[in-house]
Amino acid sequence: MFGDYSIGDLGSIFVMQGFAGLILFSVYVLMALGLAIIFGQMGVINMAHGEFMILGAYVTWLTSSAFQHYLPSLFSGYFFIAMALAFVASGSLGMLVEWALIRHLYKRPLDTLLATWGLSLMLQQAYRSIFGAREVGVELPQWMLGSLRVTESIEVPINGIFVMCLTVLITVCVAWIMYKSRWGRQVRAVVQNRVMAGAVGINTEKVDRYTFALGCGIAGVAGSAFTMIGSTGPTSGQLYIVDTFLVVVFGGAASLLGTIASAFSISQTQSTLEFFMSGSMAKVLTLLAVVGILMLRPQGLFALKVRK
Amino acid sequence: MTDNPRFANRSELLGILLLAVLLVVVLPLGLDVFRLNLVAKYLTYAFVALGLVICWGYGGILSLGQGVFFGLGGYCMAMFLKLEASSPENTKIQSTPGIPDFMDWNQITQLPLFWQPFHSLTFTVAAVILVPAFFAFIIGAAMFKRRVGGTYFAIITQAVAAILTILIVGQQGYTGGINGMTDLRTLKGWDIRPDHAKIVLYFFEVACLFGCIFIAQSIRHSKLGRILVAMREKEDRVRFSGYSVANFKIFAFCIAAIFSAIGGAMFALNVGFMSPSFVGIVPSIEMVIYTAVGGRLSILGAIYGTLLVNFAKTSLSESFPELWLFGLGGLFIAVVLAFPNGLAGIWGDYIQPQLNRLIPSRKSASGAAAGWNGNSVADGAPAE
Repeated sequence: MFGDYSIGDLGSIFVMQGFAGLILFSVYVLMALGLAIIFGQMGVINMAHGEFMILGAYVTWLTSSAFQHYLPSLFSGYFFIAMALAFVASGSLGMLVEWALIRHLYKRPLDTLLATWGLSLMLQQAYRSIFGAREVGVELPQWMLGSLRVTESIEVPINGIFVMCLTVLITVCVAWIMYKSRWGRQVRAVVQNRVMAGAVGINTEKVDRYTFALGCGIAGVAGSAFTMIGSTGPTSGQLYIVDTFLVVVFGGAASLLGTIASAFSISQTQSTLEFFMSGSMAKVLTLLAVVGILMLRPQGLFALKVRK
Repeated sequence: MTDNPRFANRSELLGILLLAVLLVVVLPLGLDVFRLNLVAKYLTYAFVALGLVICWGYGGILSLGQGVFFGLGGYCMAMFLKLEASSPENTKIQSTPGIPDFMDWNQITQLPLFWQPFHSLTFTVAAVILVPAFFAFIIGAAMFKRRVGGTYFAIITQAVAAILTILIVGQQGYTGGINGMTDLRTLKGWDIRPDHAKIVLYFFEVACLFGCIFIAQSIRHSKLGRILVAMREKEDRVRFSGYSVANFKIFAFCIAAIFSAIGGAMFALNVGFMSPSFVGIVPSIEMVIYTAVGGRLSILGAIYGTLLVNFAKTSLSESFPELWLFGLGGLFIAVVLAFPNGLAGIWGDYIQPQLNRLIPSRKSASGAAAGWNGNSVADGAPAE
């Protein structure tokens, strides 16, 4: 297996695959952050998470088209506005969904899975009716194209680096919101003991609504970032949903650090294996390893100790 | 439920009889062979729904990976049929005659070892039952012994469905890849494609379905069924009473897997092909939808739910493909929000009491049973 490559080649391969793994890692983290809040903190199984992401991607696509047509001079900066719009769009939809659907189902977590699956079917059809069945791609601004040449045999794409920086930024923001802000403390209080949190004066309904909206908003930002590295179609969200749930469960629900650690290990395993065998077999082996470890350690890598 | 009959009480027997009349007399007489074959296809999912009633409705274990077992059963049967269709005479034009065509396309020149036993029908029938049961046992034992349940179990079964689909699609040479196993022709030399064969297979399938209904009803009315319901409601109390909760859950999961696998094998026989598109996450969740719409607590309700949703799907998606997904999604949200016990719940909770009020003389006779579908108030809605 290693015989055909020299030591230097192997080193480059590992660096390149490692970097591809890092981009995959960013993708997983972005998707899983929102879900870690919704599933890990609230216990709601949101099967429509992928569709919230796609909404963000479509918003980004619309914004970039609008900039191309009306403000071509500012095109290089469209992305930051698009990201904010994506957050607002997905977050508002999330708030609406929480009000109409989720709040009736907090006592029946398995039913949230079924209801949000119905929601995801409707959203997919809505995207297909509005934007068409074909995949759309965003035109990248000039500064994001091309790649950096690190050494003779190693080069890394700029848009990948940009997505990675974005991931770090968003993760830090989320960590700050959840662990440092007053509102994050309220969220964690509601998660740990809803009745007690209500008794000390926290408006648990409002906290639930904004938590769900925040999770969906982050999904929208993730979708926005996705347009940098791939194209978007009505059913793209479906491709990622199982992976995302596995990342969250594997890391230990409700643990932000666990989510990041599990996203890292899964993406690195996947991309390293991918070089030596077909992509599908690499995926099968990675998923099997994750399921196997989950069977040995059902609470995930980093379990939050909560008295129940 | 004061009485505990061994198989069914009077109103349940009436319900089963009605279903029998519908499936054996009304549909075969009223539909042409093409439509009847469609019904046969829908009924293969009814097996899965039946299993889900046992494991989800009664046991409280939501499995999102029933497509895995449907697929295992279906592929076992399809491998047997494919080998028969790939006799050396039929495949003379290939570079290596006597092996399935997709292996020839993928430059595999010898029949793989795990395909060899599928020359035998006895082995195949045994495999249809035992392979899924074995897998269900492994997954169930690994999860339930460590007290993993609820949402985590659902997500892990979903991952298993994803793994199997990727594996089948990736290993094209051994499984036929994304196209699946097509062009299945004969069963022990008997052509399964013409109309009269389709009719015979339909009746065979209905007979199997009633066999499974019989098993499900027996489980429901046995002590085992009551333990399952007790477990769903208050797992800890059952555990503290000295029952091995894990073993009962494994049993329910295995039964559901076997029912699904029988459905899959019927699918391969009736529809004439098997492909990974019936294995993965989307079909698995659709199977849960059928059960939920029909009523997760009702054995007969799940079968009607499967038939109704599929009829609606076929007729709506032919004429209004866009409306269909909106309709399915909306139906699903409505069922979860408004009727957690599905159609059978509507019947048992709303229509039946009205009927009883209109016909006061029957009130005393059927009052204790509370509904032919067995969705008695005593069962209650599941905690989750």
